[in-house]
Amino acid sequence: MNLPWGPGGEFARREAAMSISGLLWQLLAIVLALALAPLLTGWVNQCRAWLQNRSAPPLLQPYYMLHKLFLKDVVLAHGASPLFRFAPFAVFGCMLLACAIIPTLSTDLPLAPTADTIALVGVLGLARIFISLAAMDVGTSFGTLGGRREMLIGFLAEPALLMVIFTTALISQSTSVATIVETLAHRDFIIYPSLAFAGIAFTFVSFAENARVPVDNPATHLELTMIHEAMILEYSGRHLALIEWAASLKLYAYSCLGLALFFPWGIAAGSSVLGLLMAIPVLLVKLVIGGFLLAGIETINAKVRIFRAPEFLGTAFLLAVLGLLVRLMLETRV
Amino acid sequence: MDFFVLMLVIPLVSGALLTVVGERDWAPNLNIIASLGTFLAAAGLTVEIVANGPRFAFGEQFFIDSLNVFFVALTAFVGLSTSIFSGPYMKNEREHGKLSAPRLRLYKSMFQLFMFTMLVALTTNNLGILWVAMEAATLTTVLLVSLYRTPASLEAAWKYFILCGVGIAQALFGTILLYFAAERVLGETGNALLWTHLVEVKGQLEPTIMVLSFIFLLVGYGTKVGLAPLHNWLPDAHAEGPTPVSAVLSGLLLNVALYAILRCKVLADGAIPGGFAGNLMMGFGLLTLVVAAFFLSRQKDIKRMFAYSSIEHMGLITFAFGMGGAVANFAGLLHMTMHSLTKSAIFFAVGHAAQKTGTQVMEDIRGLIRINPLIGWGLMLGTLAILGMPPFGVFASEFMILTHAMKHHPWATPILLLALGVAFAAIFGKVQPMVFGETHAKRLPHAPAITPVFVHLAIVLMLGLYIPPYLTRWFHEAARMLG
Amino acid sequence: MSATMPISAQLINLFASVILLLAFAMLAQRRVLTLINLFALQGLALCLATLVAAVSTGQTHLYYSAGLTLVLKVLLLPWILHRLVRKLNVKSEVEALINIPATMLVGIVLVMVAFNVALPISELSQTITRGTLGIALAVVLLAFLMMITRQKAITQVVGFLSMENGLFLAATSATYGMPMVVELGIALDVLVGVIILGVFFFQIRDQFDSLDIRHMENLKDN
Repeated sequence: MNLPWGPGGEFARREAAMSISGLLWQLLAIVLALALAPLLTGWVNQCRAWLQNRSAPPLLQPYYMLHKLFLKDVVLAHGASPLFRFAPFAVFGCMLLACAIIPTLSTDLPLAPTADTIALVGVLGLARIFISLAAMDVGTSFGTLGGRREMLIGFLAEPALLMVIFTTALISQSTSVATIVETLAHRDFIIYPSLAFAGIAFTFVSFAENARVPVDNPATHLELTMIHEAMILEYSGRHLALIEWAASLKLYAYSCLGLALFFPWGIAAGSSVLGLLMAIPVLLVKLVIGGFLLAGIETINAKVRIFRAPEFLGTAFLLAVLGLLVRLMLETRV
Repeated sequence: MDFFVLMLVIPLVSGALLTVVGERDWAPNLNIIASLGTFLAAAGLTVEIVANGPRFAFGEQFFIDSLNVFFVALTAFVGLSTSIFSGPYMKNEREHGKLSAPRLRLYKSMFQLFMFTMLVALTTNNLGILWVAMEAATLTTVLLVSLYRTPASLEAAWKYFILCGVGIAQALFGTILLYFAAERVLGETGNALLWTHLVEVKGQLEPTIMVLSFIFLLVGYGTKVGLAPLHNWLPDAHAEGPTPVSAVLSGLLLNVALYAILRCKVLADGAIPGGFAGNLMMGFGLLTLVVAAFFLSRQKDIKRMFAYSSIEHMGLITFAFGMGGAVANFAGLLHMTMHSLTKSAIFFAVGHAAQKTGTQVMEDIRGLIRINPLIGWGLMLGTLAILGMPPFGVFASEFMILTHAMKHHPWATPILLLALGVAFAAIFGKVQPMVFGETHAKRLPHAPAITPVFVHLAIVLMLGLYIPPYLTRWFHEAARMLG
Repeated sequence: MSATMPISAQLINLFASVILLLAFAMLAQRRVLTLINLFALQGLALCLATLVAAVSTGQTHLYYSAGLTLVLKVLLLPWILHRLVRKLNVKSEVEALINIPATMLVGIVLVMVAFNVALPISELSQTITRGTLGIALAVVLLAFLMMITRQKAITQVVGFLSMENGLFLAATSATYGMPMVVELGIALDVLVGVIILGVFFFQIRDQFDSLDIRHMENLKDN
């Protein structure tokens, strides 16, 4: 594998990107993430409503919600420690960082060298730890229950996600997302059966991680089944806004990661203005389609019992391992 | 007309014919006549091969040499005596209300088709066709095993189908690998599955592939031979099917499956250095022998017990062929013949005995010698023969196997002796009170056909005392072919 | 790297992977009818793989083989099985002896074993599709696993047929198919086997009032 810090490695190669324009584009990618994430959530909700023959909430509903929450006062539970107040900012920061390092527009941005997939999983894991700790901090039963369930899901989802990433890393001989995307998007078209396995496994993991239907239902507060909602019951005001926003960002990050790994076409390789400008509409189109599919899958599936969630994620893990094995069996020799 | 063609056509045509007319009164006779015709054709073929040497038929698709013509003759002979035995036996079953007329028709036609598939499997030169014929033999016998449609017989047939289906699938994988290895040498000429072509280039076959291929073939066909640990179907199928079916399963099907392994072993030996195939067969053989010997003493059902005895003998034969060399192969072939003849004779006797007493449970069968001295003596003598008592032929072959093992593989001798001893004690201790002892059983409506029992035992006795020189020559030649 | 692999080989690899994926899906499947549909899909993937191999190598008998697979495994056998399930009123739930996640874990181990066993062999192959040999062996073993762990007679049969799919894939991938006469013989055996089993199912149901093979555990050595 090419070590990023070796001679001719990614750090050396990407020094050029550390220019003013590069920084500007990076900033644009971050702003885009901040702006698009609630929109994506709104779009998925709208699609879901259509598919379920309900009248849809407005597309901009998440923004209204964030606006409303930011204006409200924070109510803190008795006995809430500083961790409880700090957690929303940490979670939000983690998610924002994740969104920033996943190549959405170009593989040649200043933060791209840090876009190591294992680190990315770590960043997502850090956010999970903060939110679970905060949920247990106040000591209510729901918070503790949600935190424990979240850790259960995470404990099962992370290995699966890592396996998916290893499969893609084996193809490109690098764990850097930027290199993976470059390998897959800018070479001759090759069918990688292993990527099909990895793709399905990734979809499973994203559903679980983003509290979507087969594992959790983002639309209910039913105490027996909820996971994500149980953890954030005690939050209010700007804390809640940040957490909701972070949740949107997480969905956005997973979508972009999935798109980058499995449908990388359209992400610019260099920092040419034209390429980057072209990347934005392509990204939008991909997100619109992806969101619609997400809503579709959610509609045709029923939520499984919490005890079946390990089975669901176990399947994801197995698929990812299968992908890895298929990769070793079918694609390593000529 | 060619003897070979005749031998294949008779069972096929009569099998088809019997599906139509199998319910008539004279159908059992047609069954016997067809079997007799097959036997005569096989005998003619044997004479021809002995006189003129190996030959092909239908291009190169069929091949008859001194190895398989021996099995062909044996198969046709046991088929004939089984058909003679089954005439009165099946009529009695009918009278007892255990079978209806359509089932009898099914039985007769399937019996002939089974003979056909056996003969095709024995004479084909194409290892793919060999597989197809073995699978077809399974299919024809599945319906025979479940002929009584009792829950137990259905269960037995289901187990038989699934286990043998799985086994035979492994054998197909082995065949595919063999074809793969052969194609690298012979090219895509379509001859790469013909045994005669393969045997010429066996030294060039890739050992890595052949090792895997032989393992799959041994496990696959070994399932049908009844090798442990995949032997579970065998006792059930033997115990729950009609007795003539038990007789042909034990006397013929196991042999043919073993024959398939032998053909593959010749190729594997040529390709793999170090006697890998032989060692593998010795291991499976010993395991089977020991497992069967220890299960024998636990049996309550008489047919089940003799089924385990078949497994035991198959283990012994596999071990003998695994040792290899002229003497062990000779002994193995002799033992196959002896076992076929003796075991089918035993099943004939057991069939009549079970019919007389109306049960297969050994504790309820008593005093056969009083009900019908012939059946009683038949069972007793058959049991003594299969247990390897001199002067019967089984003694000769077992003795040869044992001495050869002592000389070349002394470590195996105690295991062999122990297993044979345990088997002896188990079987003899159970048969003795069945033959002698008090009873009160009724006469059967149809007089049993005892002749086949004694003809078989007479041959076994004769071969124990004196093997005719042409037969010795023949065995020697076959043994030499096996390497 | 695999960049030099021709597109036909890539397609065959893809179909082989789909067959493996479907084998796993069958292992995880709880409903009988879906199971049969998955089996039909597996047959279709096998048919397409054979077809691609036929087109890329120009071997006519592979076309026949593909046609045979299409008729037998995609259309005829699933149709027979569907009819059987409906006629016999089989309950839709498949009961597994071992719970499904455990079965899947065993399945993964089997895949690893199969790949390890097949690796040295497929390196000797000159066909463009040799990598699929390991997949074929894995499918065979997975089908075997399914037969062991399932309790319905009909699921065992589907497992058996799926095993046959794996074997055909092996034949295609390692050697571009067996000689035609052998393939015809195998196909005939499979067809006759399923028909016999169909007859058999009715007998089993008449005797046991169920197709659950738990009822068939009375023959034991004691």
